[in-house]
Amino acid sequence: MSSHGIKDRVAIIGMGCTPFREHWDKGTSDLLVDAAEETFASAGLGKGDIDAYWFGTAQSAMSGVPLAQALQLEGKPVSRVENFCATGSEALRQACYAVASGAYDTAMAIGVEKVKDSGYQGLNAFPIPNDGTNRTLTAAAMFSLVLPAYAEKYGIDPADLRRTVARIASKNHANGAHNPRAQFRREMDVDAICAMPSVAGQLSVMDCAGVADGSAAAIICRAEDAHRYTDKPLYVKALSFVAGNGSGLMDTTYDYTTFRECEWAANDAYAQAGITDPRSQLAMAEVHDCFTPTELVLMEDLGFSKRGEAWRDVEAGVFDLHGDLPVNPDGGLKSFGHPVGASGLRMIFEAWLQLRGEAPEDRRIDTADRGLALTHNLGGYPGEMVSFVGIWGSRLG
Amino acid sequence: MRGIISAGAYVPYWRLQRSAITAFHGGRGSGTRSVASYDEDTTTLGVEAARNALAAPGLPDAAALWFSTSDPTYLEKNNASAIHAALRLPSRTGAFDLGGSLRSALGALRGALESGGPTLVVAADIRGGLPNSADESAGGDGAAALLVGEADDVAAEYLGGASATEEFLDRWRSPGERRTKQWEEKFGETHYVALAQEAFSDALAAAGIPADDVDQVVIATSHPRAGGVVGKKLGRPLADDLATTIGKTGTAAPALLLTNAIESAAAGTVVALVSLADGADVLILRVTGTGRAPRSVAAQIGAGNDTLPYAKFLAWRGVMTPEPPRRPEPARMSGSAAGRSVDWKYGFVGSRDRDSGALHLPPARVSFDGGNVDDMEPTPMANAIGTVVTYTVDRLAYSPSPPVIFAVVDFDDGSGGRPGRLPVELTDTTPDDVAVGTKVEMTFRRLNTADGIANYFWKARPRREATS
Repeated sequence: MSSHGIKDRVAIIGMGCTPFREHWDKGTSDLLVDAAEETFASAGLGKGDIDAYWFGTAQSAMSGVPLAQALQLEGKPVSRVENFCATGSEALRQACYAVASGAYDTAMAIGVEKVKDSGYQGLNAFPIPNDGTNRTLTAAAMFSLVLPAYAEKYGIDPADLRRTVARIASKNHANGAHNPRAQFRREMDVDAICAMPSVAGQLSVMDCAGVADGSAAAIICRAEDAHRYTDKPLYVKALSFVAGNGSGLMDTTYDYTTFRECEWAANDAYAQAGITDPRSQLAMAEVHDCFTPTELVLMEDLGFSKRGEAWRDVEAGVFDLHGDLPVNPDGGLKSFGHPVGASGLRMIFEAWLQLRGEAPEDRRIDTADRGLALTHNLGGYPGEMVSFVGIWGSRLG
Repeated sequence: MRGIISAGAYVPYWRLQRSAITAFHGGRGSGTRSVASYDEDTTTLGVEAARNALAAPGLPDAAALWFSTSDPTYLEKNNASAIHAALRLPSRTGAFDLGGSLRSALGALRGALESGGPTLVVAADIRGGLPNSADESAGGDGAAALLVGEADDVAAEYLGGASATEEFLDRWRSPGERRTKQWEEKFGETHYVALAQEAFSDALAAAGIPADDVDQVVIATSHPRAGGVVGKKLGRPLADDLATTIGKTGTAAPALLLTNAIESAAAGTVVALVSLADGADVLILRVTGTGRAPRSVAAQIGAGNDTLPYAKFLAWRGVMTPEPPRRPEPARMSGSAAGRSVDWKYGFVGSRDRDSGALHLPPARVSFDGGNVDDMEPTPMANAIGTVVTYTVDRLAYSPSPPVIFAVVDFDDGSGGRPGRLPVELTDTTPDDVAVGTKVEMTFRRLNTADGIANYFWKARPRREATS
């Protein structure tokens, strides 16, 4: 038993991504139509040319019917996919396997979330009937547990570490300010972020991802067919996924300074893609910066920093737009907000732009020597999460 | 001999200074009253008292549990069943609500003392009234549990008792109302004084002792004027009625004050418990000096926190409704899901992998360490001591009283086995009062109420009083 991967067997040939906004004037189906039409146009295909659809949404729709209705698909298979906040990535992962298997020539993965119709700030999980003993803590509070644990483990002054994670937010907002699709386009400096009142642990609102509606999509085909549709396909180098068993909640050895699921998913992805030194081989990474401490820990779990060193690398600017390994060059969840079903595909959309040299000049990364990008998408909480890692490349081999 | 085998009380952590009431409404107030927290109700108070009463090893299983309160969480549904579940009593132990009136608990106690078999009498009350009322200020919240039965080493031997009953209008409250109304005090006084003298005299006869043999009279009543006169007329030394520290605890008062007497009186002391509540009841007992609960009433009085703001008290009582966090309120719990996890939800019982020793909170069928399937030992954790590993304060989450203080807690069940972990909400504390390393203990609470369903589970709270 092993994870073999499907390196270079499947390619992305078209993508689209709506602006992420509080779309008071657009419903779920409007967002799906917008993202799908942009994606069809990008690949030069029509909806009838796509053999099968994978439709990711956490709680804006059930079944494949809402997508088939929105796009008026006739006689097409549509699978609705949900896997916490990694739903969008999971939709594409399933579509890739279907094409790689030979079952279909083309497939679309499309993710959407209409978050802003709940009447509440923030994301609110749909309640599944239970015995009433489950935690009711917010995700912000669960992830805020990381900071004191990390500071304690590595002997960092909590006030210093608080500024370090504020720097992550500041960096992502600076990147997002250059992105017309991002929800928040204002730069935020570290002092301003640190001066805000805390909402959970040491975290202020500006340490949390925004809340937005949005949709993003990708069309894939077999790698050998890709050049029929585009001169610059993106090859799928690795797809990995881990669903945690929740043991971090019960196991006293778990110390809240790492997300094991993410480390496992990254190691699997690197093995599939043949990557041995991600920090020097990747041109960029889009990671799941739902809260600033999350991005800090991910730098270590994804192997970009040594254990206990991510805070130094953050401070040294390693992950800045023009640093050694740019992280979240599009602005991340921080600037985009987090329409759960769409976020994973939004991350891949940035890889699509950057590796094809199509990102706007003011946030374009040099990919001449490094033709690989990583996207990472997680869902759940420290101790019990799902994690996706995908690696995408502009060249075969 | 028959008597009280074990007694234990529960006094909630929070105190309201009466001067905090008068600072708002005007006037002068002195002393404190105990206040049940927003996540406590009479059922949870009863559970905590009973846990204290039953803490000692080797006590007989109760054949029945009788629960009395004037402030039941449910009508129709039996509140005693939740207490029974939290105490993990055997199913053959009957559990019954004896309801409504302030007199009910004394009736339960006398019934238990004068019948066969071990009976656990639990009395709890939460005392309110309208803002600035005498009941709001003079009332107090608390509970006590008395295990009654035959034993060689009872904590208090029952010598005899008597009741005097008469219909007259003193205090009344309709179901669902907050306000208790009272007829002119002097009218009740005339009835209580006569009834008390009658019952006292009959109780002495039943006990076969002269009045002079009574060393201490404990008066439990929500009619202070009558209580004062009766105390003088009986002419024997009076015990502290805890009015200045806890307040008048209504239905719980006779059991709570008797528990305090059992804990504080010297061996051999003869105590007459006098309850004035729509009649007079007198029980005479001889304290033996054994059978003390781990947490005495005095220790719990000493461990209280009297910084509760009046505004918070009003919010907890539902008198004032502050704007909640803008988050969805919790959905009601599933009755059938709760039914499958009674031992976890009510009893805080986890499971331990027989092979790896890994502790699972909540209990699991498949072990996270080694993958054993259906090879677990049920592991009661309600009395385990925990240590805060890390914690956070959540100002966004829904709570009946924000913010939520939440900690990752590692538990040691004292068996020498591997410790376990549960991320759990803290209570009876403030954000400044928690640190990594804080020792905590478990307490049975009502997490929330949705669709009228009280959702009970356990929280952790800092360990405070020293236990003997």
